[in-house]
Amino acid sequence: MKPSARITLVVSILLVGLVATSVFALYRLDQIRSRVSLREADYLMSPKIVKRLSLGYDGLMADVYWTRAVQYFGARHIVGSRHYELLGPLLEIATMLDPHLTVAYLFGGNFLAPPPPHGAGMPQQAIQLTEYGIRNNPSDWKLYYNLGFIYYMELKDYSKAADAFARGAEVPGAHPFLKVMAAQMAQHAGELQMAQMMWTTAYQSTQDPDIRDNAAAHLLALKVEEDIINLEKLVSLYRERTGDWPSSFSELEATGLLRALPLDPLGQPYKLEPEGRVEVREPSRFRFLEMPSSSSDRSPDGKVSP
Amino acid sequence: MNSRIVYIASNTFREAIRDHVLYNLIAFALLMSGAAILVGQISLGIERLVVVNLGLAAVSLFGVVIAIFIGIGLVSKEIEKRTLYTVLSRPVERWQFIVGKFLGLAGTLVVNTAFMAVGVFAALLYVTRAFERTDVWILVALYLIILQFLMITAIALLFSSFSTPLLSAVFAFSLFVVGSFAEDLRGFAAMARGISRWLAIGVAYLVPNFSSLNVITSVAHQQPVTGQFILSDSLYALVYTAMTLCGAVLIFEHRNLK
Repeated sequence: MKPSARITLVVSILLVGLVATSVFALYRLDQIRSRVSLREADYLMSPKIVKRLSLGYDGLMADVYWTRAVQYFGARHIVGSRHYELLGPLLEIATMLDPHLTVAYLFGGNFLAPPPPHGAGMPQQAIQLTEYGIRNNPSDWKLYYNLGFIYYMELKDYSKAADAFARGAEVPGAHPFLKVMAAQMAQHAGELQMAQMMWTTAYQSTQDPDIRDNAAAHLLALKVEEDIINLEKLVSLYRERTGDWPSSFSELEATGLLRALPLDPLGQPYKLEPEGRVEVREPSRFRFLEMPSSSSDRSPDGKVSP
Repeated sequence: MNSRIVYIASNTFREAIRDHVLYNLIAFALLMSGAAILVGQISLGIERLVVVNLGLAAVSLFGVVIAIFIGIGLVSKEIEKRTLYTVLSRPVERWQFIVGKFLGLAGTLVVNTAFMAVGVFAALLYVTRAFERTDVWILVALYLIILQFLMITAIALLFSSFSTPLLSAVFAFSLFVVGSFAEDLRGFAAMARGISRWLAIGVAYLVPNFSSLNVITSVAHQQPVTGQFILSDSLYALVYTAMTLCGAVLIFEHRNLK
């Protein structure tokens, strides 16, 4: 073998070995880092410092921080974590770098507000974030809608929700539902219809397939709840008339209370349980459906989750 | 335009191309296509924003790096290779040499930016499926970035006219960083008292104000840029460039090349 060929061979082997060693070292480092990253918050810089260090490319840095927030939330959400300490600071940095980054207010609010495991359980932080968004983007009606949504769904604060919807309704081009929602909030009435209206607005006001899918799933669950409430009313009526619980929906059909066998939104027939309880056959097909033991326990508005 | 300037400019342009400056376009293309494909998978609702923010930031940073690292060698390399003496032994004035070198590098950067702009718009089309009327503001941002390049090229040339390449790179890059903080400098000046206040105001007005030429974030949000703003920025950048070039010419005219 020529000396140059020998050198090539030795160096090539050395190179492969070094690459493998470097990959292994990095892998070990990652393991150590995941253990020491418990206090990640210590390494978060203040929004002002990040803004200065971005050298004018603050929009790009905001995108990076927003992506970090999404990744942080997603990684914890998927394992059912109940701790989201960094979510607020990450969103604060992203929105301070780019105060017009409306997605960070809209989605960020929905990450922060719902209770775990659906969200971070920090509705007050979600409200602060959304209010900051409104101050910087006063002509975006979706931010008022989001604010009202958080007040209503998470805090059940009807007057503040009504105020947020009413402020949003004044913005040119706002969804017409905002006026109705403001009025309904003021009356504390029709909560199932209210929830349907909210998720319909959420569905119609976004092009994002994930958000649309989420809103559609909520609407399906609400439709089931509405059906169940109506069917249980008919069952009670049957009992009032006959003195017995019906054993099947056919008995209701026979008395003229129902025209046909009732089907859930996915086409499966509803189940009639003892003592007049109505249930869906496959509850797992409705992601956001609650199955309480009696209709009186039933949540009127379905669930809130991002 | 003076034919000698054109000749020097075209030679500088050719030399830059021969130095494989346009290879950066490959890195840029990879960055843009990677971002366009990846961002939808790792983030939420910011596909368009990322393409515009990342695209324009990359155009700006790649251009700044090219302007500094080629600009610092424009004069010193000619001295080192002794080609400057051949040029100046012909009927070429020193100021013509400086202006020609400036225009050659500026031309290279404009061509480079034009290619990158095509990349930005292609990535945008991939992400959004259709252009919108407001996308025209991206062209305005690109124009302002080119103005930024003119200023940095002139600054690099100024340092190159009297200093070594290494020191010129350090000076030019430092000035780029300071210029990006120009708005903060004004803020400090407003807060200071006495002599330090006047000193801070003087520095804030003397260093190049790159932040005023940066509209990347607002065009990413499809916000319009007013004609008055574009005009004022153009005037400022061109005057600053001319001023810096004058400084470079003055220094080079009096430099002892023996």
